[in-house]
Amino acid sequence: MTDKTELNASHRELGARMVDFGGWDMPIAYGSQIEEHHSVRKDAGMFDVSHMTVVDLTGERTREFLRRLVANNVDKLTKSGKALYTCMLDETGGVIDDLIVYFLREDFFRLVVNAATRAKDLAWIEKQGAAFGITVRERPEFGMVAVQGPNAREKLIGLLPEDVRVKATKLGKFAAIECEGPNGMPLFLARTGYTGEDGFEVVVPNTRVVELWNLLRDAGVAPAGLGARDTLRLEAGMNLYGQDMDETVTPWEASLAWTISLDEGRDFIGRDALEKQKADGVPRVMVGLVMDEKGVLRHGQKVLAANGEGEILSGGFSPTLGKSVAFARLPAGEHGEVRVDIRGREVPVRVVKFPFVRDGQPMPGIVDG
Amino acid sequence: MSDKEIPGDLKFQKTHEWVRVEDDGTVTVGISDHAQGALGDLVYVELPEIGASVQVGSGVAIVESVKAASDIYAPVSGEVIAVNVVLSDKPETINEDAFGDGWIFKLKLSDRSELDNLLTADEYAEVAENDDH
Repeated sequence: MTDKTELNASHRELGARMVDFGGWDMPIAYGSQIEEHHSVRKDAGMFDVSHMTVVDLTGERTREFLRRLVANNVDKLTKSGKALYTCMLDETGGVIDDLIVYFLREDFFRLVVNAATRAKDLAWIEKQGAAFGITVRERPEFGMVAVQGPNAREKLIGLLPEDVRVKATKLGKFAAIECEGPNGMPLFLARTGYTGEDGFEVVVPNTRVVELWNLLRDAGVAPAGLGARDTLRLEAGMNLYGQDMDETVTPWEASLAWTISLDEGRDFIGRDALEKQKADGVPRVMVGLVMDEKGVLRHGQKVLAANGEGEILSGGFSPTLGKSVAFARLPAGEHGEVRVDIRGREVPVRVVKFPFVRDGQPMPGIVDG
Repeated sequence: MSDKEIPGDLKFQKTHEWVRVEDDGTVTVGISDHAQGALGDLVYVELPEIGASVQVGSGVAIVESVKAASDIYAPVSGEVIAVNVVLSDKPETINEDAFGDGWIFKLKLSDRSELDNLLTADEYAEVAENDDH
């Protein structure tokens, strides 16, 4: 049984090409995926991300529980509305999922987790939360629209009631507010995203999500599919769960060291394994690749380096660069000249730092080595 | 998305390649408008070598879209006598004009009777329609 978001009929009316995505019937593109990508880089685009799972945690010991549950430290969240990107690990240090934690009140935190990992995430959180007396509540009655691009905030803020606009304009990056939206609809407005552009992710009741979508369209925000979302986040150097990391990979091996907080005395799940791996030497690293030759790097292709073999994780064509880029996992050490096996042909690639693109522009050294 | 009108003089393979028999008896091969729509924006085309001999049903070229790589199978056997070099720099030509400027390669037939195994435009239209469901 395939799940449908409230916007399913809207996507079909727009002529979207639909695909199964983690059990959800979602639009991959409405027309040209590349044009949708450029709309977000240059102006404003929107994505139906209602398939993502909103989970509310309540209980007096919620912060204490999150100190244990996730690898980043929720004590960084001191102001209501502030958000934190983190991994949730198992005892071996493997990544169960990556998620965003919003601090709302001491006894109320909101999580947004991936759609494809929904069931296992909920089971894990409930199991770990029992000892802390945490109430775990999934919120399927909410839809979510990501409005992204250099003009995204302005276009969305223009739809808000006048007295809310100042507050929404002042909202800092990686923070959220609850506010009144157009026509009195209640919004949870977060200045977050998965494209490398500024913008909002908006949580709204399912009963109002079509109305919000249509208002945004009228305001000139271009519908964009999950295809563009994938190329945008790849260019922005953001990991995709299941492709770039999973339970067999630690955050050290997935370029997510910046999300691990080894603060004194905090006993989070997976910490022992992470510390041991760091002490022993992390065996694999995730690198960025750019291919100057024609062709497309794809998930699963074999990567050949001087010190051993690896594979392409997320890979694809970068519309901003006009060439293919990828993440790859390789043995740690000196990689030397790196090649990728594309249908039996060994094509040279450059190892680069990512993100590949920031604020709509290629990062230095990405286009020409 | 409504597919463009399928030209009636073309023959088709179920795997979405089209064939046009030219006046000099050679054939031109491309992919259907329906196929380009399903693939999405094309970003790379791997063309065959001129002079290569190909067997019906074998992979001759590869088209890569933002989504995936797809083989283009020979609809008939023969020798590659021309390739559309425009596609090397402008693979999107296939998205823009799949039945015209977006042709991929030309063959000199080795067995004309193989043409009889191909689908008519009407038969292919039905294949394409069922593909949508």
